Amino acid sequence: MPKDTGLVSWKDLAPGMYITEPGNSVKFKTGDWRSHRPQLDKEKCIKCGQCYLLCPEPAYEENEEGYYICNLMYCKGCGICAAICPKGAITMVLEEA
Amino acid sequence: MGKRVAKEVSIAVADAVAQCRVDVISAYPITPQTHIVEHLAELVNNGELDAEYIPVESEHAALSACIGAAATGARTFTSTSAQGLLFMYENLFIASAFRLPIVMVIANRSISAPISIWNDHSDVMTIRDSGWIQTFAENGQEAVDLVYHAYKVAEKCLLPVAVNLDGFIVTHVVEPIEMPDQELVDKYLPPLKMKYKLDPKKPITMGAIGVPEIYTEAKKALDEALKASYKVIVQAWREFERLFGRKYQPVETYKMEDAEVGMIIMGSLAETAMNAVDEMRKKGKKVGLIRFRLWRPFPMQDFLKALGKVKALCVVDRAVSHCSTGGPVGIEVRSALYQSNKRPKVLNLIAGLSGRDVTVEDFMEMFEMTYESISKKPKFSYQIYGVKE
Repeated sequence: MPKDTGLVSWKDLAPGMYITEPGNSVKFKTGDWRSHRPQLDKEKCIKCGQCYLLCPEPAYEENEEGYYICNLMYCKGCGICAAICPKGAITMVLEEA
Repeated sequence: MGKRVAKEVSIAVADAVAQCRVDVISAYPITPQTHIVEHLAELVNNGELDAEYIPVESEHAALSACIGAAATGARTFTSTSAQGLLFMYENLFIASAFRLPIVMVIANRSISAPISIWNDHSDVMTIRDSGWIQTFAENGQEAVDLVYHAYKVAEKCLLPVAVNLDGFIVTHVVEPIEMPDQELVDKYLPPLKMKYKLDPKKPITMGAIGVPEIYTEAKKALDEALKASYKVIVQAWREFERLFGRKYQPVETYKMEDAEVGMIIMGSLAETAMNAVDEMRKKGKKVGLIRFRLWRPFPMQDFLKALGKVKALCVVDRAVSHCSTGGPVGIEVRSALYQSNKRPKVLNLIAGLSGRDVTVEDFMEMFEMTYESISKKPKFSYQIYGVKE
């Protein structure tokens, strides 16, 4: 038998491979292929929230202290947050292999 | 029963589309499809047809608009020819993969270059692998009947259907056509109800990414859906016969019962070829004709049954598949035979490109060539017939 490498049986797919459950993307961890990840320097951060607003995913979430923290489960490492940060508090660092 | 009236086939086809109570028509005019969409525009404009007519900027947009409309549960129609079909190309595959019941009439025309507005099957043969159900009409009445059938099948199978009719030879000819009463069409074609559609109250996603772990399964599902459509197609023709009184089947035969040499052809040229069959029979040659009405899904069993006991088969293609092993139909037929025990000699000829006449005499000549191939193996896997050297 050839190896079965599919995610789900073709018989269980909705017609047209529609996704019939709204918002199910949160179930999928999609941030496993980035090459660089953002690193926040809390000393410099002024909690302005630009990273949160401009992250295309959006992967940033506000924590109890008011800092915006990147959820690396969804971050693709695009670096927009680092580029936009007015205080240079975010740097992109290479992911270890 | 409806009245039999003399009508230009394009007008009759448009009237049939209107009788199917389409919600959205999206089309871009191109010869020889123009009269179909022009007449629909007239019907909408003068209030006879309550539909949204979208005069799009291109064929790419024409099918895109149909895809969007069909995704919301609307009954849609578009029509095109040749370059227009090619301009739609990427969306054809999306329409079928999205399982949208769009109906398109293709007024078959040659592909440029050289530029040609005349008829052959080179346009539709490029969409063989697109996942659309594809039928071919021989004459005006059949073209009209295939429109009702197309909606019936599309909406039951959730697959797009392309109805093919030969440009000019069918589209622009005035024929006596029986248009059924509206009540009968309504009986045959209940309002479209889609289980899944774009609806803000019940959101779904169409067109999600198919990562390597799911794309294969999505293609398998579409393949099975198209395979399963065969039964629906046949049943829809049976129901059509009960209601409208005209019988259709996936493969049409003419005098094949005792034939020793057969010919395969699609579309309107089959009518000329039937005359050639009669002429050959007068000369004592037992020949017959096979015509594919259904092309996708390929009607394998009907084809093998239709073959009977022929010793040789002439496949007349109306498109070139450059430097392949045959014309599009020839390739398909040889491949189908390889999976059966039947092994007639196959002579594959390409004829009638860009509206060049293929006469009764030509077909008789082709039959003679096929007889010769029984004892003498042809030196070619396909040949362009009647080309001036």
